[in-house]
Amino acid sequence: MRYLPLTPEDRSAMLAAIGARSIDELFIDVPKSARLAALVDLPPHQGEIEVERAFQDFARANLSPFSTPCFLGAGAYRHHIPAAVDALIQRGEFLTSYTPYQPEISQGTLQALFEFQTLVALITGMEVANASMYDGASATAEAVLMANRVTRREKSILSGGLHPHYRETVETYARYGDFVIESLPPDPEAKEDVASRIDGDTACVVVQYPGFFGHLRDLAPLAEAAHAKGALLVVVVTEVVALGLVETPGAMGADIVVAEGQSIGVPLGFGGPYLGLFATRERFVRQMPGRLAGATVDADGRPGYVLTLSTREQHIRREKATSNICTNSGLCALAFTIHLTLLGEAGFARLARLNHEAACALADRLARVKGVRVINDSFFNEFTLALPRPAIEVVDALVDAGVLAGVPVARLSPNQPLLERLLLVAASELTTEADMDVYVAALAGVLA
Amino acid sequence: MATRKFTRDHEWIDIDGDVATVGITDYAQEQLGDVVYVELPAVGKRVTRGGEAAVVESVKAASEVYAPVGGTVVAVNDGLTAEPATVNADPFGAGWFLRLKLADPSELDGLMDEAAYRAFVAETA
Repeated sequence: MRYLPLTPEDRSAMLAAIGARSIDELFIDVPKSARLAALVDLPPHQGEIEVERAFQDFARANLSPFSTPCFLGAGAYRHHIPAAVDALIQRGEFLTSYTPYQPEISQGTLQALFEFQTLVALITGMEVANASMYDGASATAEAVLMANRVTRREKSILSGGLHPHYRETVETYARYGDFVIESLPPDPEAKEDVASRIDGDTACVVVQYPGFFGHLRDLAPLAEAAHAKGALLVVVVTEVVALGLVETPGAMGADIVVAEGQSIGVPLGFGGPYLGLFATRERFVRQMPGRLAGATVDADGRPGYVLTLSTREQHIRREKATSNICTNSGLCALAFTIHLTLLGEAGFARLARLNHEAACALADRLARVKGVRVINDSFFNEFTLALPRPAIEVVDALVDAGVLAGVPVARLSPNQPLLERLLLVAASELTTEADMDVYVAALAGVLA
Repeated sequence: MATRKFTRDHEWIDIDGDVATVGITDYAQEQLGDVVYVELPAVGKRVTRGGEAAVVESVKAASEVYAPVGGTVVAVNDGLTAEPATVNADPFGAGWFLRLKLADPSELDGLMDEAAYRAFVAETA
C-alpha cells in the first residue's frame, strides 16, 4: 500500500469540508508581517560529516562559560553537576521528561517525585510542594493565579526587585486574564516600600529573594503587612543554592514559594530546559497548580506511591481545573533530586557557603577597581556593580579579553538611563582565584 | 415550617421566607462517594438559577453544585472546609452548603417536591 498523506485531492477535500478556499486562508489571523512570503533560503542537504563540521564551526563561535572566566547569573547559574547525576537520570527506568499517563505503574518515577517534593518543601521551609513546574517564571505566574483563587481578589503587586523576565511572564498571563498586575519600577538600591501599597483588593505581593539586584531582605515584616490586609506573600527564588544558607521564605511567613531549580543538577543549555519549584501551605493545597505525588499503602499494607489530589486537575475537572498545568519537568526534577540528595543537608549548606565566600572575595576585589562601586550592602552569590560607563560597552570589551563579566541590567531592562551603568556579577563554587585575577585585571584595563 | 424542594441535579432547597438553604441529596452523596473537599462561594456572590454555586469533590470526581434558584449568597457552611465528610454523614442537615436570599421566588415553581424527586430518582436508577 502506498502511503500518500497529503495528495492535492486530500487537501481540496479537507478544505472543502471546512469551507476554506486555501491553506493560507487558515492563517489569516496571523499578521501578514509575521508570515513568510517565501521559503527560507537554506543550503541543500549535506552528508553527516559535512553537517557535523558545519555545526562545529557554529559551536566555535560560542564563548562557553566552562572554557573561560564566567560571572554570568541573572537567573541562570553555572554550577558543578556531579557525574553521578547524568549517569543516573539516563537509566531507562527514569529517562522520560513526561508525567506518566498510567502513573501507578511507574513506582520509581513517583517515588522520585515524592522525594523531590519533600526536598523542595524542606529547603523552602514550606509544608507542601508539587512535582514541579516548567520554570521559575511560569511558576511565578501560576503563584499569582493561585493567590487570586485563594483570596478571591484580582490585584497583584510585583516588586521592582523581581527578575524582569519573570515580571514579563506574569504580565503576559495577565494580558487576557481577569486580573490586574501592578509592577513597581526596577529597584536597584532595594529602597521600595511594597508594604504601603497593599490594600484590601490585593491578592498578593511578589518579591524575589535574594532580589534580582542581589539584595537580601528580611521578609517577615512584609509577610505581616500582607496578612494584615488579607493578602498573600509570594516569594520567588531564582538562585536556589541561596536556600542552603539564608533564612527560608517559609520561616519568614511566605504563603507561596516558587523557585527556579536549574542551579541544582540542571546544566546551562541556551535557556532550557528549566525546572520550576512550587511550594505552599497545606491549607492552600487544593488551589495549588500542578501534579502531586503522594505516599500511601496498598491493599496488603505495602508502601506505594500515587498521583494524588487529581480531582483538581484537567482530566477530571475539565475547564474548572485549578490550572492548565498538566505536566511537569520530570527529568530535571529527577536531576535536582539526585544532586541535592548527593549533597545532603550539610553538603548543601557547604555549597551555599562556598558560593557566598567566592562572591564576597570577588566583590571586595572589584570594589577596589577605580570607578567601580558595589551597590549592595547584602548579597548571596550575586551583586550589582555601578560602573563609570554603560555596562553593555564594558561587557563587550571584556568578552574580547576572554571574560564573561556579568549581565548588564540594560540587557533585560533596556532604555532606562538609570540602569544602563549597572552590571550583575555572579560567583559560584566554580569561581577560582585565577578567574578573579583575570577579571579584575581586565576590568581595570578596560576602564583605564 | 420550611418547604423542601428538589432539582434534577440532586440539590435540595429549604425555603423559609425569602431565604433558602441549599445542599445535595442523600442520593447525590451516595453516588459521589467519600467527599474530600467542598469549595464554597464568597458571601455576597450573586448566582443565577442553574449557575455554579459550589464545587464538591469526592475521591471519584469533582462536581458542580448548581443554584436551584437565583439569588445572593448570604451564608456558607464553613464547617465543610474542615469536615467535608459531613456531606456524606448528614446531607440534609449539618451537610448544607449555602444560604441564598431569593431574587425571584417564582423560580421555585419549577422545582420538584419530595414525592416527585423520589420518582425521578427511581426512574434514573
